Amino acid sequence: MEKIKVIVGLGSCGIAAGANKTYDKIAAMQKAENLDFELKKTSCVGMCYREPLVEIIDQDGSYLYGEVDEDRVLEIIEKHVQHNEPVKEYVVHTELFPTVDDSYFKGQVKIALRNCGYIDPESIEEAMEKKAYEAMKKIGFEKIPPAGVIQMILNSGIRGRGGGGFPTGLKWRFANNSKSKEKYIICNADEGDPGAFMDRSLLEGDPHAVLEGMVIGAYAIGATGGIIYCRAEYPLAIKRLNIALAQARKHGFLGKNACGIENFNFDIYVKEGAGAFVCGEETALIASVEGERGMPRKRPPFPAVSGLWKEPTNINNVETWANIPWIILNGSEAYSKYGTDKSSGTKVFALTGKIKNGGLVEVPMGITIHDIIFKLGGGIQDDKKFKAVQLGGPSGGCIPEYLSNTIVDYDSVNATGAIMGSGGMVVMDETTCMVDIARFFLDFTQKESCGKCTFCRIGTKRMLEILTRITEGEGQEGDIEKLEELSYQIKDSSLCGLGQTAPNPVLTTIKYFRNEYEAHIRDKKCPALNCKKLLKYEVIEETCTGCTVCAKNCPVNAISGERKQLHFIDQELCTQCGVCYSKCKFEAIRIS
Amino acid sequence: MRIKRIQVQEDKQTSASAVDLSLLDPIIEKYKGKRGNMIPLLQGAQDLYGFIPREVFVKLSEETGINLSDMFGVATFYAQFRLNPVGKNIIKVCHGTACHVQNATAITDAIKESLNVKDGETTPDGLFTLESVACLGCCSLAPVMMIGNETYGKLSGKSASKVIKDIRLKELN
Ligand SMILES: Cc1cc2nc3c(=O)[nH]c(=O)nc-3n(C[C@H](O)[C@H](O)[C@H](O)COP(=O)(O)O)c2cc1C
Ligand code: FES
Repeated sequence: MEKIKVIVGLGSCGIAAGANKTYDKIAAMQKAENLDFELKKTSCVGMCYREPLVEIIDQDGSYLYGEVDEDRVLEIIEKHVQHNEPVKEYVVHTELFPTVDDSYFKGQVKIALRNCGYIDPESIEEAMEKKAYEAMKKIGFEKIPPAGVIQMILNSGIRGRGGGGFPTGLKWRFANNSKSKEKYIICNADEGDPGAFMDRSLLEGDPHAVLEGMVIGAYAIGATGGIIYCRAEYPLAIKRLNIALAQARKHGFLGKNACGIENFNFDIYVKEGAGAFVCGEETALIASVEGERGMPRKRPPFPAVSGLWKEPTNINNVETWANIPWIILNGSEAYSKYGTDKSSGTKVFALTGKIKNGGLVEVPMGITIHDIIFKLGGGIQDDKKFKAVQLGGPSGGCIPEYLSNTIVDYDSVNATGAIMGSGGMVVMDETTCMVDIARFFLDFTQKESCGKCTFCRIGTKRMLEILTRITEGEGQEGDIEKLEELSYQIKDSSLCGLGQTAPNPVLTTIKYFRNEYEAHIRDKKCPALNCKKLLKYEVIEETCTGCTVCAKNCPVNAISGERKQLHFIDQELCTQCGVCYSKCKFEAIRIS
Repeated sequence: MRIKRIQVQEDKQTSASAVDLSLLDPIIEKYKGKRGNMIPLLQGAQDLYGFIPREVFVKLSEETGINLSDMFGVATFYAQFRLNPVGKNIIKVCHGTACHVQNATAITDAIKESLNVKDGETTPDGLFTLESVACLGCCSLAPVMMIGNETYGKLSGKSASKVIKDIRLKELN
């Protein structure tokens, strides 16, 4: 009989949820009781809302257990491993019986994430069991020429997953057409969109998929060097990439005559980013790799003609690279079978915000936003009312609830004023203030503007000032129009994508939630009860016990009242700091 | 632009004697003359000292031939580089979109209150520095903060203060 396997999910999110403790506990139990099972590690399957996850594979099949803390470890190991009785109530996914979480997996098609959560990311052997580097072997064995590889990628219809959506095959063809002795391939792992983590999960979960994609790209365009530009905030991804690189070199997939193809010399190095959002932009990224300030430059010349060290360079996003081996191995049609006419294949989304089932999902293009949120994501936390979803991060926009039947493909999402972006999907409910969200993004882009163009540098600052003013109750008539005017000027006059898209969050929120702006400006009210300066704090007569805690904690002494007597907040003195609300044990403070 | 970052204060504590410049020799050896070496040099230096003291800039410039002004330009451009000493524990509170929507401000406020510092400042005892960062990549556990290599998720103001309190207790023992 095969040994039972116990596999712990150790991605960054799992570790943050305590997966290391879970792992150690299992290891300790195994040692103490001399149990006969194989203990292994994997990365995140995307089910972040149930972390820490532990999978047990026995003779009947696989059981994925959720929220496995140290107490549950005891119970699960004892019952399932020692007595062969699966603890059904903790199982979140299995083929053997239905679970409440089945809807999270239904509707997903895993291509880029095919191995994430199913292999040990630090073992090339496990990756190779799941067909890593077979696409490259196929290219060598069938002697597919570079032009043939590019044609396959073109036929698949895949478009760049970094946000721009440019057809990958075309980009490769341009780079291939540029003649030079040196050419470079870059993997953009800067993942700047705050609130998105697709690339991190991919790099942590299946680094070889990205490496093989880059090797195939290098073969197709004739590149001599490869670079992965990864955010320094992702230490685990960087560690696993370096392990994977060493393994790939040892197996001959990188280096001289890589993958056994004569005269194909190619190696990859990891470069750590230094924390600047604009370095996700391709020309700024190149400047940063060259050791300079990461300032974008004018295009053309495009990197395909003159990029890193002025040599032809091809840049793609992590997720784009991870799809490539699958396409080569399974054929272009197998890929373009998924998705819509102009946006083929699948897309990974990071579902976050006020959603019940937050995590990573990979879905075929063409699915509606509503289905992603309500079928896969399980709906809104605490069953509050769904208000909007933010796509595309600081460059994107908010899509309101009534447009949630929009399908996800590049063109449909663009039509709403948002962008597809790299896959961040932040769900917002009735307690999220849309003016505050616009202010939040402008604050971000304003700080991250490299300062090269006047409109981007100063225009975003002026917009931020107006938005801040509105959220603090100092809004004036005409502010909305001024925001719109500035938006169009910044869009038209900025050099790079950062400035050209920075006003999108403001424009979309004005378009769909103008009434919220007006409530802030005219009535000095925040309908979502979020903007602190616009709130009114009052003591609820019936519930106040006169415990004096609020009065003691009020930093401006705005609360008066005797012990065991009803307390009173002086609205003139109150600074709306909210301390009384958070300190009151009897929920006797009302916000309006 | 992060204009604030450019206003560097001279720090009196870091006189040349406090900084052991010979530690730099191996990284200078490793990167000298290589193209694109400026950022790795600065990253290496910061790993050694926790921030980049003035003397280090001068030494790097003298030994590698990179202009001091270019180096300072790069160091002030990227959020990663610090020009002032930091506390032993750096508290990075995430203010990415997901965390913002889940009220990350309350976390920062609570920590500000319990440490009595402003965002970006270090406590007088040198134990903690409070920082805001954009997305730690654990958005589904929002709101999130990171101290050292440890990430804490699903925080509330209270639980965040408790984490800090526990670390302080550990440090004092
Ligand atoms: C301000 C700005 C930030 C960007 N950030 C990223 C990023 O974090 N990751 C990424 O892959 N692409 C980013 N891009 C897009 C890249 O410039 C480039 O289009 C992309 O990496 C190309 O890869 P793809 O064709 O595979 O999408 C950004 C663009 C701009 C203008
Ligand atoms: S937004 Fe906070 S971890 Fe991503």
